[in-house]
Amino acid sequence: MRFDCHALVRISLIAVTAASLAACGSTKTPPPTVVIPPAKAEEAPPPIQPQGRGPVTQQQQPPLQQPTGRGPAVQPPPGVGPGSIQDFVLNVGERVYFDYNEYSIRTDARPILDAQATWLARYPAVNVRIEGNADERGTQEYNFALGERRANAVRDYLVSKGVAATRISVVSYGKERPIDARSNEEAWQRNRNGHTAIVSGTR
Amino acid sequence: MRKILTAAFVVLAAQLAAVGAWSQPQGEVVISRANIAPIVIAAPGFSGAGPHGTELAEIIRNNLGRSGLFSPVDPLRYIDKDVQFSTYPAFPNWKLVGSQYLVTGQVSRGASGLLTVDFRLWDVNAAQEVKGVGAHFEAAEESWRRIGHQISDKIYAQLTGEAGYFDTRIAFVSESGPKTAKRRVLTLMDQDGYNPQFLGGPDATAQIFTPRFSSSGQEVVYMALRDSGSQLYLFNLETSRTETLGRYEGMALGPRFSPDGSKVAFSVARRGNADIFVANVRAGGAPTQLTSDPNIDASPSFSPDGRQIVFNSDRAGSPQLYIMGADGAGARRLSSGSGRYTTPVWSPDPTDQWIAFTKQTGATFHIGIMRPDGSDERLLTESYLDEGPSWAPNGRLLIFSRESPGSGPRLWTVDLTGRIIQPAAYSGPGSDPGWSPMLK
Repeated sequence: MRFDCHALVRISLIAVTAASLAACGSTKTPPPTVVIPPAKAEEAPPPIQPQGRGPVTQQQQPPLQQPTGRGPAVQPPPGVGPGSIQDFVLNVGERVYFDYNEYSIRTDARPILDAQATWLARYPAVNVRIEGNADERGTQEYNFALGERRANAVRDYLVSKGVAATRISVVSYGKERPIDARSNEEAWQRNRNGHTAIVSGTR
Repeated sequence: MRKILTAAFVVLAAQLAAVGAWSQPQGEVVISRANIAPIVIAAPGFSGAGPHGTELAEIIRNNLGRSGLFSPVDPLRYIDKDVQFSTYPAFPNWKLVGSQYLVTGQVSRGASGLLTVDFRLWDVNAAQEVKGVGAHFEAAEESWRRIGHQISDKIYAQLTGEAGYFDTRIAFVSESGPKTAKRRVLTLMDQDGYNPQFLGGPDATAQIFTPRFSSSGQEVVYMALRDSGSQLYLFNLETSRTETLGRYEGMALGPRFSPDGSKVAFSVARRGNADIFVANVRAGGAPTQLTSDPNIDASPSFSPDGRQIVFNSDRAGSPQLYIMGADGAGARRLSSGSGRYTTPVWSPDPTDQWIAFTKQTGATFHIGIMRPDGSDERLLTESYLDEGPSWAPNGRLLIFSRESPGSGPRLWTVDLTGRIIQPAAYSGPGSDPGWSPMLK
């Protein structure tokens, strides 16, 4: 039941309203007293000035596909084209893991990152965003900084393997985007990760 | 130490617990180490032809009861059910139900359409009015709850010797959805959980973090997270206008106003290093960088005089608390215990200085306080995950978020003695609370 709920949310993340998210969450927690209405958008103002203060810009994010697979698959399913996001996720591996409160690249992460660098060399039009993540056993602001360190460790490794730094952007989601919702050691291990998300340039 | 706390009182834990249960329908109240006898007070419904007389008395009873320092008498036990403001109270009837103090009031609608409220505070044992407390209020009808809060503040201040905190609001983040796809919405509410306003944020893709009030109470600064990164925003409560506070390479985190509202301190994480910056809110321009070591320096908070900043840094290995001048000079370590210290926040009360923080020891999280010289550390709470304390304007109470394994965070409060711990008067999922100053 809970898994179905999460899958539903993942699929419909872009268009779903806050109200239906709240309804989904209520399958495992008591219903909240107040239903949160969808966020109201501000008027579209002029574009923002870099390094300066200004009115709010409305940022349209492209929908982010986050397949749930981990690690290389033995046999790519039919329909996975070379150079596609699915190819990267299934045959290369999009995520590497970190030790508690650490940001050094683990030995077991190196083959995955080496494969990412090789794949990115083969498909030079692809740009990636390295997303650093932390487990819930820390406070929010510190975990944002820790996730940023992890994302940069992945970035630096890929750059050292020949990926142009201009193709890589870096972000930290702190403990806000766990891939495993449970509160146990196994979940925390999975949630301490660097995720290489393809943002553009795939076929 | 403060007046009310130094007095030696008998243990009356049961009475305190009854107060909490009465004001919290969820029955989730945990009150530990209670050793203060609360002041017993009665507040029957206000008389008069105006509206909200019953509810005004209820607001006062709820506020005082939730503070833990008062024990309101259950109105069902009142002998006098219909109390007229214009007549002298029948003191023996109030003494019989155990009440030490009595609040009476009346509501009417003035010729101008404004709501008019009067109240008096009576000392039941002395059988006379407590002088200099009772007051007359006139307000637009939609502000009627604020009158109840202001009366509560006057009674609280008179009988405890400390400033009140009831006529205030809380900014926080309402959370919905499962943990793996949360939606985080900027929300404001009265401190008693009423009048929640869901403000969304700059756009529908932004997840909101760490909203904090300016000292004028007119602005909230917060961080918004999108897929691409973070950005800081200023929200003006009067104009409902949202402005960006510049854009930074890297992740801008944890903004907080200086006490005079002219600056915002925050941290920026980039290239694996987080440092503290201060931006001038009015004049704009490039922010000033205050730290430059290669470690995580984050969560800055100004002292009430604006001259110092407390922050956390892992320059010595694990995150610890440090204090530096507001210009970045003279950083010195504050925390000395084992464990990980984060989210320090300086008490707004200049006469009784504390720094509150989150402390992680092994698998446990605490909200704690210590003096600005690092002495007198006290852990006030203990749970699976407590974090992010914010001070009530009188420096007596902290609001923070508490999360249990597998469930979303809720807002809780604890007083600075650690004796009165309870869920905040808002039952929905919420995190990142920021308490407003006293409303103007």
